[in-house]
Amino acid sequence: MNAETKAAVVFDRVSKSFGPKQVLREVSFEVPAGQALCILGRSGTGKSVTLKLLISLLKPDHGNIWVDQQEVTRMKEAELSKVRRKMGFLFQDAALFDSLTLYENLALPLQRLTEKTQEEIDSIVDRVLGQVGLGNDKRKMPSELSGGMRKRAGLARALVLEPKILLADEPSSGLDRITAAEIDELLIQQKTEHKTTVIVVTHDVHGARRVGDRFAVFDKGDLVAHGTAAEVEQSENETARKLISEN
Amino acid sequence: MIKLIEFVGKVSQFGFRVIFDLFHPPFEAGQIGRQLAEVGAKSLPLVLASGFALGTVMTFHTRSTMVMFGAGAMIPTVQAIAFFIEIGPLVAALLLAGRVGSGIGAVLANMRATEQIDGIESLSIDSFKFLVVPRVVACVLALPLLTLFMDFSGLLGGFLSEYAASRISFHLYIVRAFAEVAWSNFIPPTLKTAVFGFIIGTVSSFFGFTTNKGAQGVGEAATNSVVVSSLLIILADVVLIKCIFFVFPENAL
Repeated sequence: MNAETKAAVVFDRVSKSFGPKQVLREVSFEVPAGQALCILGRSGTGKSVTLKLLISLLKPDHGNIWVDQQEVTRMKEAELSKVRRKMGFLFQDAALFDSLTLYENLALPLQRLTEKTQEEIDSIVDRVLGQVGLGNDKRKMPSELSGGMRKRAGLARALVLEPKILLADEPSSGLDRITAAEIDELLIQQKTEHKTTVIVVTHDVHGARRVGDRFAVFDKGDLVAHGTAAEVEQSENETARKLISEN
Repeated sequence: MIKLIEFVGKVSQFGFRVIFDLFHPPFEAGQIGRQLAEVGAKSLPLVLASGFALGTVMTFHTRSTMVMFGAGAMIPTVQAIAFFIEIGPLVAALLLAGRVGSGIGAVLANMRATEQIDGIESLSIDSFKFLVVPRVVACVLALPLLTLFMDFSGLLGGFLSEYAASRISFHLYIVRAFAEVAWSNFIPPTLKTAVFGFIIGTVSSFFGFTTNKGAQGVGEAATNSVVVSSLLIILADVVLIKCIFFVFPENAL
């Protein structure tokens, strides 16, 4: 695997440990631009760590990571900042800034990272909040939002800079099936309408099958299966077959 | 001992980064204003009430002794010098360490635990500059001003206490209070609180920003912020008083 491939994201033999615990072991995969990869696996197998490595909130111990054809593992903070602007991150608990209103949460990156006028910012925030169904809630504080609304608000913040790559960490966890399906629909819409590369960590195999073009299954720090749903179903690894199974 | 040295090294490095980032753009004027309101304006009632009560109590305690030695007329002078030189700066700093230090530690630790700091980083915003530098700057700017309020509310408390006992006029009280006060008694001790503010902001932010223990870390950060800030303020006070005596030797007499 190398940076020549037209992949949005490339993981090349990436390892990561926290103290004595090895979380990822020589993991390699790539995600073609405009496709959706769903990462499945049992808890504590390094799925969320993979997303944080991608956006360089963590650094790998070994291996290389390419994002949009740029090797990010040895980048300085200033260069990294430019790469991060191409990515949006929906955190597991949304990670909204609790001292700012919903509007301010979304306007902050636009004010800080773009040259847009206040009118343009207002218009973008209104449009993105409308997309996620929170158009009437922009003056609310994060503490006033329900779990599902917070997730949608987190997604709106991740989308506000129109990222080329969207990372979502368990977007449907803690949500009822209807709200989870709405979030999945927004991810699919982002992929199909905006050609955004989507990488989702999830335990919800039904949602994963709706959103994902490709699947990666992690087990105890190893990537045990990678490919389309059909390919993972035919995998020799039993954990991978169980996790991708809808039954 | 090694852990202590390691801690001092890490906090010092953290403090130097604050100073470095402070003079490099982008400058977080909006955030600094927000934090000034939080640190300064919201601490003002506490500082005024404490200064007033301390001023009153101090006059209660000193009055009988001063009158016994025929020095009743010196009560306003003693009150003013005590407040300007030591009580005002130190008590204002300790109050701020308690109110603001614990708040900064808890807020930043909570932001770390709930991935809000990661969220800021993921948006290509320098979280250190956005969260830490404005809080330290606000503490540095607010504490000297709060000290002034502490000094003058202390004098007001002292006056009311003395007025109740001797019916002294406000004009005479003020004249006597400032009769022996030189600028060197007033300016350096007030400005030294900027150092105390730096200690409060840096230490509290360090504990909050660097924790990774989830909810437990929030409580620990709040407690450690107050304890370590208060201890360092008292130690720094000793050093700074020596420095003031070196620059203004007449103050040591």
